[in-house]
Amino acid sequence: MLARTADSLFWLGRYMERAGNTARSLNATLRMASLAAPRGTEAAEWASLLVASGTAAHHEQLYGDPTPAGAASWLTLDTLNLSSVASCFESARRNARAVRTALTVDMWEAVNDTWIDLRKLDPGEAGGDRLMGFNDWVIARTVLFNGAAMDTMLRDDAWRFVRLGVMLERADNTARLLASRLTAFEPGAEANVENHTQWQALLRSVAALRAYQHLFRERLRPARVVELLLMRPEHPRSVSACYEELNDILSVLAMSDGEDRVSCRRLAASLRGRCVEHTPARLMDGALKDLLDEIVAGNGRLGESIGKCFLAG
Amino acid sequence: MPIPGRARHTEDRVPAFDEMNEAGRIRPAYAGIARYLDGAGGAALEAKRREAEILFRRIGVTFAVYNQGGDPERLIPFDVIPRIIAADEWQGLRRGLEQRVRALNAFLADIYGPRKILKEGLVPAELVLKNEGYRDVMEGFTPPGGVYTVISGIDLVRTGPEEFFVLEDNCRVPSGVSYMLENREAMMRLLPQLCSAHRIAPVSHYPEELLDTLKSLAPPACRGEPTVVVLTPGPFNSAYYEHSFLADEMGVELVEGADLFVRDDTVFMRTTAGPRRVDVIYRRVDDEFLDPRAFRPDSMLGVPGLIAAYRAGRVTLANAPGAGVADDKAVYPFVPDMIRFYLSEEPILKNVPTYMCERDDERAYVLEHMHELVVKLARGSGGYGMLVGPHSTQEQRDDFAALIRERPGDYIAQPTLALSTVPTLCETGMAPRHVDLRPFILFGRDQVRMVPGGLTRVALREGSLVVNSSQGGGTKDTWVLEQDPPPMTQSMGGMTQSMGSGMTQSLGGMTQSLGKLGGGTND
Repeated sequence: MLARTADSLFWLGRYMERAGNTARSLNATLRMASLAAPRGTEAAEWASLLVASGTAAHHEQLYGDPTPAGAASWLTLDTLNLSSVASCFESARRNARAVRTALTVDMWEAVNDTWIDLRKLDPGEAGGDRLMGFNDWVIARTVLFNGAAMDTMLRDDAWRFVRLGVMLERADNTARLLASRLTAFEPGAEANVENHTQWQALLRSVAALRAYQHLFRERLRPARVVELLLMRPEHPRSVSACYEELNDILSVLAMSDGEDRVSCRRLAASLRGRCVEHTPARLMDGALKDLLDEIVAGNGRLGESIGKCFLAG
Repeated sequence: MPIPGRARHTEDRVPAFDEMNEAGRIRPAYAGIARYLDGAGGAALEAKRREAEILFRRIGVTFAVYNQGGDPERLIPFDVIPRIIAADEWQGLRRGLEQRVRALNAFLADIYGPRKILKEGLVPAELVLKNEGYRDVMEGFTPPGGVYTVISGIDLVRTGPEEFFVLEDNCRVPSGVSYMLENREAMMRLLPQLCSAHRIAPVSHYPEELLDTLKSLAPPACRGEPTVVVLTPGPFNSAYYEHSFLADEMGVELVEGADLFVRDDTVFMRTTAGPRRVDVIYRRVDDEFLDPRAFRPDSMLGVPGLIAAYRAGRVTLANAPGAGVADDKAVYPFVPDMIRFYLSEEPILKNVPTYMCERDDERAYVLEHMHELVVKLARGSGGYGMLVGPHSTQEQRDDFAALIRERPGDYIAQPTLALSTVPTLCETGMAPRHVDLRPFILFGRDQVRMVPGGLTRVALREGSLVVNSSQGGGTKDTWVLEQDPPPMTQSMGGMTQSMGSGMTQSLGGMTQSLGKLGGGTND
């Protein structure tokens, strides 16, 4: 496969996944902000979301302090934000067009229809009381894309590069969300009932609220939330589950290329090891922040390493 | 409240306390809603109503209606205008509800044990011992934690600024809590800005509270973490959505009778990994259908041997069989006395005066005043078998009079209460409609838990006082407004995370701004 093709497939996966993750986080933030608004701490919720998206500095540079409506529009339709939903769908389609023949019809239509609908969208449909509806649409499109890939793609290298993109993006998203709500996981945070809504919001934003109850069958506790989001292999959005799949794919790619490209795989494996090497209790005792910093930095290195090994040609 | 005997004969409308407008002024708790309603046009509200309907269909929140033909899977109409309860009002209600549930539970422990209240003559023994809700199998047996009414729903009505009455108690398998939760979800979706302008006490932790309550009542034989299940009659039951919703939210199995079996007085569920022991059953199946060996032998829904396992202390049933005696409409008039008798307290929540048709003098009164009373089946539920006097025809009253004469013990009557009203979106625009409130009370081994508020039911037909969903009632989201905001923890961890390296695709060696790409103009 051409390195350029692999590059497009990888970024197609990343951008589609990022659009869906942004929409999920937006919905969770809307709930949080709605609870926080009467207390006057609504702005902190939005600031936290911008930090998690990795675009806080860029936003501040362009617009100053975030307002709720401003932050929402920045993350949805603002094309100056390369991670906004609109930018993600635009970039995903650009990549899809470039490798049209490597995609199945179902995948192409999932991406292309999304883009067509996005262009018809009236800006008012993605703001105010209609923002949640917009986010639901974005989530549905991403789910459709992933389902189309899952159900129709040949399990060849094209499939592997799409999944690499999806999984790296997802691991990064979950780690960043957790990092942006660290105060709800500090020592002693369990005793503060006010944190309950934080845990709930975080689980919701990675579609894990019901999963939590199914796995643990008990009320929300910060150590359990961290365990689910970082360590549990059963949850498809936990950081370690994503690394597991990255590791599997990279193992196959390294072999089929017949070259020594194991450095990527080793990095994924070592990051996965870092996720699960501490007990949740140990993480709650202060080690969480360092671990998350390490994971977010590691994701950057892993992305670069994948780029260098496979996508640069 | 109209005083019996002097109530005016009203054709269509009972003059009522409006919770939003009092003497031409907006009551303070409703200020934000009033502002919103002034600003939003009728068309916008109607659009929200339609959106709500689509939302509920999509989630699958439907209920089955019996014996009426038409769409068997209906939506309970949801009204987008919330009903508000001020924080201090809720505090009073909360105390009254806990008191009432404690007394009802003490009553059940007493009648299946020492029967002091019967010996004292405060409650007629016959009313209890011959009650259709009475279960012999409970005699001389104490359920785990001594708790009978683990989950109860107490129906409250309001007639004035300070006037709340208990209309009825539900101690068997009260339903509606899923609507309480889904209504809040719907409001946060449909009107997020209105929600965020209010400090609404959250309710979404109800499933966690329920699970903690159920676990706290694990039977003596259970060591370690108790396994909890929800027992449903199955998908044809009208409240099946709620059963599946609660099981899902708690992360426990939703089982039918055939999924369970009893061996050596221990209850197991059949799983792919073989039999698995069950410790606590939140059963949404009526008493008679629980166990064909103990109750109805023809029950296909039940689990043979369940009651024996229960009596052996090897499983907990919530609620306890036989708890229905406490919510019988003929027992209801005695609840204030129960509170005084068991708790040595004065009742915080009032009862509605009730006439027992069984008693000659009271029956005579009822038969003479049917046009101003509400006549109910003592054992009916869901608004079936009920006559609202002021809204009835002579023919209907004659029919009911004949029924009362035939089986007086089956009927009670109460004055027609002027239930409070809340503005509601109707076909003709916004108009006041009568409401009630069903809070849910969780009684565990350790404590009594409640989430603020409950389910508000609204009678959608003009002037109607019947709020039951099976009789065309709808629901509203119920907001308990909190005061004095406590300092909120900041969610920011002082983190300044920048965009990680490699987060955007580099195109030809440089990261291009998409704003300049003109993406798609040539497509």
